[in-house]
Amino acid sequence: MDYRSPLARVRGLGSAKAGTSHWWMQRVTAVALIPLSYWLITFLNLSLNAPYQHTVEWLATPLNTLCIVAWVLAVFYHAALGLQVVIEDYIAAEGVKIVAVWTVNLSFLLLALAALIAVFRTLLIG
Amino acid sequence: MATNTDRPTSPHLQVYKLPLTGIISITHRMTGVMLSAGLVFFVYIVYAVAGGSNTYTAMQALMSLWLVKLIYWGFIYALFFHLCHGVRHLIWDAGKSFDRDTLNRYALIELGCSLVLTLLTLILTSE
Repeated sequence: MDYRSPLARVRGLGSAKAGTSHWWMQRVTAVALIPLSYWLITFLNLSLNAPYQHTVEWLATPLNTLCIVAWVLAVFYHAALGLQVVIEDYIAAEGVKIVAVWTVNLSFLLLALAALIAVFRTLLIG
Repeated sequence: MATNTDRPTSPHLQVYKLPLTGIISITHRMTGVMLSAGLVFFVYIVYAVAGGSNTYTAMQALMSLWLVKLIYWGFIYALFFHLCHGVRHLIWDAGKSFDRDTLNRYALIELGCSLVLTLLTLILTSE
């Protein structure tokens, strides 16, 4: 999201990078994650304690599927954005920094896809 | 890019006695990194569910070891702490609650809230 006015952009004022969008998406995902945490904790509690069929049936309920999938999308995005800030704060060498940020982004994209595939596989079984 | 190595270094954090807000701030960052790493465990659990009842039972056996349980509840507390301090960041983003009294009061409130939420989860899930 670019909040600069067209005039500011033409004059070359402000940052040329994507800081505003990064900051904004960190907040958007944070707000989304507050209610979605309820579904995470319910899912974890069932997975750790409930019989298999019970957990699968819970996950297959449309609202629960929606909220767990939404949680996965929001949390992995939120984590990657947050880790990027930490890396940028503590790693000074430009090359290492870029490689580290890309590694984090790609790893979390991969983990998010893995989690989504697992959710959909569970739905096919149950 | 040439880097000047003679530049003065940042003040060393260790020489300061951090105020409560400072301690909580760095804890927010540490819990964030920890929770991000903990997402690997979520992926493991959801794969165990997808893998069928045998892998599911094996996962439950692993997760019921007392050390794993302790780590699990550590993660739940870290999650609630990160959530509560995150809410305060949103309040800060709105430009509110920057004066010193409010800072300390809110710090205690969020520490209390994260503890209460963890205990509530513990009680509600131990049927």
